Amino acid sequence: MNWFNAIIQGVLVGGLYAMYATGLSVSFGVMRLVNLAHGDLAVGSAFIASTFCLATGLSPFLAIFVVLPLSALVGIGLQVAVFNRVVGVDPSYQIVATFGLSIAIQNVLLQQYAANPRALNIGEFGNQSLKLVGDDVVIGLFPLSRFVVAVLVLVLLSLFIGRTRIGRAFRATSDDPDIARLMGVNIRSIYAVAFAIAVTTVALAGIFNGMQTQFSAADGPALLIYAFESVIIGGLGSLWGTLCGGIILGISQTIGAEIDPGWKQLIGHLVFLIVLLVRPMGIFGKDELR
Amino acid sequence: MTELLELVGVSKQFGTLTVLENLNVAIKSGSALGVVGPNGAGKTTMLNILAGDLAPSSGSVLFEGADVTSVPSHQRSRKGIGRTSQIPRPFEGLTVYENILVGATFGRGKLRKSKTINQACGFALETTGMTSKANVVAGQLTLLERKRLELARALAIQPSVLLLDEIAGGLTEMEVHDLVVTIKLIRTTGITLIWIEHIVHALLEVVDQLLAIDYGRMLMCGDPKSVMASPEVQSIYLGNE
Repeated sequence: MNWFNAIIQGVLVGGLYAMYATGLSVSFGVMRLVNLAHGDLAVGSAFIASTFCLATGLSPFLAIFVVLPLSALVGIGLQVAVFNRVVGVDPSYQIVATFGLSIAIQNVLLQQYAANPRALNIGEFGNQSLKLVGDDVVIGLFPLSRFVVAVLVLVLLSLFIGRTRIGRAFRATSDDPDIARLMGVNIRSIYAVAFAIAVTTVALAGIFNGMQTQFSAADGPALLIYAFESVIIGGLGSLWGTLCGGIILGISQTIGAEIDPGWKQLIGHLVFLIVLLVRPMGIFGKDELR
Repeated sequence: MTELLELVGVSKQFGTLTVLENLNVAIKSGSALGVVGPNGAGKTTMLNILAGDLAPSSGSVLFEGADVTSVPSHQRSRKGIGRTSQIPRPFEGLTVYENILVGATFGRGKLRKSKTINQACGFALETTGMTSKANVVAGQLTLLERKRLELARALAIQPSVLLLDEIAGGLTEMEVHDLVVTIKLIRTTGITLIWIEHIVHALLEVVDQLLAIDYGRMLMCGDPKSVMASPEVQSIYLGNE
């Protein structure tokens, strides 16, 4: 067994999980919305990227620049058409609306692309790697760059939320939407920006996932679980907590796989449950649940 | 002077409970209106309707002569209606300065240049005596500081009219005195004031008009001293003999 390698791989996978989770963290943080269609939006984006690549013959990396602006628009559209109606009212409406959206997206994808899995081909880059410590530790260039991008996204996002006027309105709205309105903040446009960010980051995560493994129309809910677990382990409302949560989940899975290949998912879920038992507010969460 | 803010025939029902009944109030630009009345008289409901937090069941709200009845609260804030809450509700996770910045950059001023933002926030902090607390996280403030922050935040939107809801409630006599000094200072900038308050002597030091309401209806409105001296208002505060 190679524990050190397992931990390194876990950290790199964790970056991807953190990117899945970022949007969930943002939409929950700003508008107390739990979007059950989060994973399906990732899969949908990967399919759109795949269609773009097949149609144009261009690299999936170029598809990112087409799909991301598109997903920002989709995010704003969904916020205006669906989520503005369910934010701030009984949470059961949110569950019904976002679960419905999840089913709708899965079925549209099934209709459009059938049940066959697809992948985004990034060619040689997917196989290149750095070898460290003799040949014991192998770091794939693609997982490494994916991790770097994930950290970069989180740094930019936390600068945006911490330093800018709109970011301040994010935090104010999260704190007290009624008072934010009294201060002149149009909380619906804040919600739209937040959801645009949520969909864009999860679209990027979905494309990165598709560059590594196959994906199919029904994969969304499984991705949603990883995103959920990362957010909860890290603590709600903390972006760095989300990164940490993703990494912890990733390491748990790779160590689980190292013990027995069948234990990968199991150990991840177990670690999640232990965190939920021992520290339900998450590692970086506030002491009290609000 | 022209009418800055008006309630025209405003009524509000919650289910079968009538909270405001055919209320007609007008306040001239630059004046200060005090509002008194027993608990449950509908004072805060009136303020909520003025600020756009609540829609009236009937009647209309005019601001600068235009009907704003269906204008949502964030747009009223951008027009220059500022308010404070009875129970201070700071953005607890933000610092005092950030709290004020939100109002300065989104409110009526919609300030974008860092120089004018610093000026406006500096003014709001100084006027309310919060300068030394600028970098404190708002969740850690005392009650008086929270009340001052409410005021600073409302000032930061660059309001033309300020709605104060029992801002002196729960403070000690000294603190009330300090607050009155602050509010008088704010009055010198020409901001119109509507102030609900139970601490009548504080109110009388500032306002030039007094409105007394009970059971959602106007009892009297006019010169503060004569309103307070009237038998109807006396009976509310002192009971019937």
